Amino acid sequence: MKPDVYRSLGLSDKEYRNIVKILKRKPTNTELAMFSVEWSEHCGYTRSRKWLKLLPKTGKYKTLIGEDSGGIIIDGLAIIFKMESHNHPSQVEPKQGAATGVGGIIRDIFTAGARPIALLNSLRFGPLSQAYNKYLFTGVIDGIQFYGNCVGVPTVGGEIYFDQSYAGNCLVNAMCIGIAKKGKLVRARAFGKENSIMYVGSSTGRDGIGGCSILASHEFKEGEEKRPTVQIGDPFTEKCLIEATLEAINTGYVVGIKDMGAAGLTCCTSEMASAGNSGMDIELQAVPRREENMEPWELMMSESQERMLICIKRGKEDQIKKIFLKWDLNASVIGKVTNDGVVTIRDNGKIAAQIKAHSLTKAPIYDMPYRKPKYLRELNKLELSKILKPKDYNKVLRKLLAAPSIANKSWVYEQYDHMVQTNTVVLPGSNAAILRLKGTNKAIAATSDCNSRYCFLNPYRGAQIAVAEAARNLICSGAHPAAVTDCLNFGNPEKPESFWQFKNCVEGIRDACRLFNIAVVSGNVSFYNESPQSAINPTPTIGMIGIVNDINKICSQNFKQEGDVVILLGYSREELGASEYLKEIYNLTKGNAPQLDLKLEQAVQKTALKVIEKGLVNSAHDCSEGGLAVALAECCVSNKDKMIGVNINNLNYDMRRDALLFGESQSRIILSCSNDSVEKIRKIALEFKAPFCAIGKTCGRVLRILNGTEELIYLPLEDLYKEWGGSLKKEIEG
Amino acid sequence: MKFGVVVFPGSNCDQDCFYVIKDVLKKPVRYIWHKDTDVDGLDCVILPGGFSYGDYLRTGAIARFSPVMKSIAGFARKGGTVIGICNGFQILLEAGLLPGVMLRNRYLHFVCKHVYVKTENNHTRFTSLYNTEQILKIPIAHNEGNYYIDAAGLKELRDNNQIVFRYCSATGEISDQFNPNGALDNIAGIMNKKGNVLGMMPHPERSSERELGSQDGYFIFRSILKWLKTQRTW
Repeated sequence: MKPDVYRSLGLSDKEYRNIVKILKRKPTNTELAMFSVEWSEHCGYTRSRKWLKLLPKTGKYKTLIGEDSGGIIIDGLAIIFKMESHNHPSQVEPKQGAATGVGGIIRDIFTAGARPIALLNSLRFGPLSQAYNKYLFTGVIDGIQFYGNCVGVPTVGGEIYFDQSYAGNCLVNAMCIGIAKKGKLVRARAFGKENSIMYVGSSTGRDGIGGCSILASHEFKEGEEKRPTVQIGDPFTEKCLIEATLEAINTGYVVGIKDMGAAGLTCCTSEMASAGNSGMDIELQAVPRREENMEPWELMMSESQERMLICIKRGKEDQIKKIFLKWDLNASVIGKVTNDGVVTIRDNGKIAAQIKAHSLTKAPIYDMPYRKPKYLRELNKLELSKILKPKDYNKVLRKLLAAPSIANKSWVYEQYDHMVQTNTVVLPGSNAAILRLKGTNKAIAATSDCNSRYCFLNPYRGAQIAVAEAARNLICSGAHPAAVTDCLNFGNPEKPESFWQFKNCVEGIRDACRLFNIAVVSGNVSFYNESPQSAINPTPTIGMIGIVNDINKICSQNFKQEGDVVILLGYSREELGASEYLKEIYNLTKGNAPQLDLKLEQAVQKTALKVIEKGLVNSAHDCSEGGLAVALAECCVSNKDKMIGVNINNLNYDMRRDALLFGESQSRIILSCSNDSVEKIRKIALEFKAPFCAIGKTCGRVLRILNGTEELIYLPLEDLYKEWGGSLKKEIEG
Repeated sequence: MKFGVVVFPGSNCDQDCFYVIKDVLKKPVRYIWHKDTDVDGLDCVILPGGFSYGDYLRTGAIARFSPVMKSIAGFARKGGTVIGICNGFQILLEAGLLPGVMLRNRYLHFVCKHVYVKTENNHTRFTSLYNTEQILKIPIAHNEGNYYIDAAGLKELRDNNQIVFRYCSATGEISDQFNPNGALDNIAGIMNKKGNVLGMMPHPERSSERELGSQDGYFIFRSILKWLKTQRTW
């Protein structure tokens, strides 16, 4: 075989030699295609697997780890969730790229037997001042609303950041949460000799061929035409698939199911057989198709959407078929399970591929070299004395509130149906989304977090902060942090500096999760997020689920009534490194990520959760981008219909005023409570050794912040809201 | 007293409506598959929200050809109570059970949020438990809620008190500023001349429980129930 054939499929010379050794002969075209996708980083985790093993798989809640998703068990109910990237397709074709990202992650959840109940997205783009970024941003939002709204799963939360590092490579990470009775879960496995393999869902076309091996496993180069490798989404078919699949699982005749996502049939046949320690004999002529004259390798590589492979108990094919036909979906038996461990693919009886399932799925593991980037030494230095102190802090605050990364995102989430299924009890726009579990007194809280500027300047600590902040957001909603899904977005792993970022972030996640005693139950790695301009900031997005034990004790971030005492748990340090303030006001990405003392973090979180669960507080909000001043402003104006001002008159810090107002010290939570709860909260804080300070009182229509007797901020709420509430819409619509 | 919730392929509020009737209202309810034609024994039929057939054509344009729609038209002709919510409203328009058409929202975006509507007519079987001009906080979630009808049609709607809900401010002010989708005359819900078929864009099933931030929609179901009860005792 000519090297350019396998190289064009993304295989190296060494990998090709290896394949010949495994097969003891030259591969057919179909076999070569199958190896190329299974051994790609996207499917085989060839470069990342060694490090991913470090992540904790157990925690304080009982975990379930499946082939394509994972979750936790609580009161006999399984909560299954996962986050996955669809970055490259979205950069090429934002609407369909994002839409199919949503579709894919939903399928990972319901193929486990869980009904999808919520979606979240973590999105990152270059600055909106550049026209192409605006096109990507609006296209991605359009794709998410197009797919999510139609499929009937509420999009309840997420995050959106803008940074130059994403200008040539946007990030679209989609997360889905599903629930199931514990006994109804299904694995992505095929086993039991003579059991049937059934293909269900949309027919197969030529869309998306090479999506994972070509598109997801290489960097972008200028002017490349990759649009044909992006798939097209059909949320209507997916909605029918959800209902039909859950109905089919309910019969008890389903042995295993897998979504035909990346690498389509190849991935499903080999991974289901491998996971079930069995083999499979498949006849491609039985595959429903929408295009003529498709070659076997094309059928095996196609990434046409809304398709699944099901292993069904022998003799029960007709019952299952009937269910899918009722929903007007294809259902066709295309093969059977064997016990020889071999995946045999036939085309009209003629063997097109015959490979041991394990040899396909045991992709090689590469030990990648890593090296700390030299530029960090310079970048980590930040001499505060060289940063000019602003004259007008009001002006700075207004500018920060209007910064697209901080500004209110209602322009986005009002385009998403975030209420369908009638579980959303805390709507988007607070610390975390909260979904009730009907028929119980409990609820799930969900958030996604990552400050990638921290991770760029200090990957290990940045990743720890991402975990700590996600937990803090859940705590502020009244939830116990329970488990994590991670979506690890990085640059080219073949560059030692990029790989160093990856390694350090994984270690950061591991250590933080261990300390919080929570497991990483599912996840995804996306490498090669680079463009000719630059690599992205390392972005280990943390999706975290929390459990609310009593739905009547949930908490949201906005101040609730006048005359409440405002409390700061934790304290502020004089640090401005990696802050939104430096970036927005001085255009600087410099210094080190804020310090993180995980003991202090835990003390603050435990205090906050206890006082929320005791019903002592009326609001809780964490301090993140933009620091104390932005957090207080958000507490004032988050509820547009009932904005409440605050007078902060008990701060006595001896430090730069800009650091006090806009520094991003970690482990800080702002609470508000009625007068008679203050002492009880103080006692609980003392018990957990959390720093406690009553810093002011809610009142009036103004945000006022003093340090000692010096007035730093005095802004009417209407002005705050104008900046925070309206700027994103203005930026997009002009 | 039995409710039926129609399930088209692509309906996605069917289970929410079912839940409200069964677990909140605590009344018997069953699903009606779109290929079925049996609506016997039902007192009220709900056409739920969603994207029937993906709404890839015009919203509701394909659903109206579903076998079940003939039965529902017959059910309505005989005076049966029918309520179409969101996509259900769009289907009722396409099926000719209600007058007018639905255009895309004026800003061309899907819009999901709580809005306020004013009860324009509380002398109906759907609204009898509301006060005159009561303001309801109730969510909308749609792409095509921009109701339109010609001048003669609008006059007829007004003359017959067929306009049931109109978008307004929290204090009841009706103006363009509080119109979320550009609907003519701020119309959020209408009924037929006979008063037994209601179509509305807002979702009462999403505002029937305290946990969800508003219970204002609940009294639509309660009103229907009250009406059905009095019917039975006559």
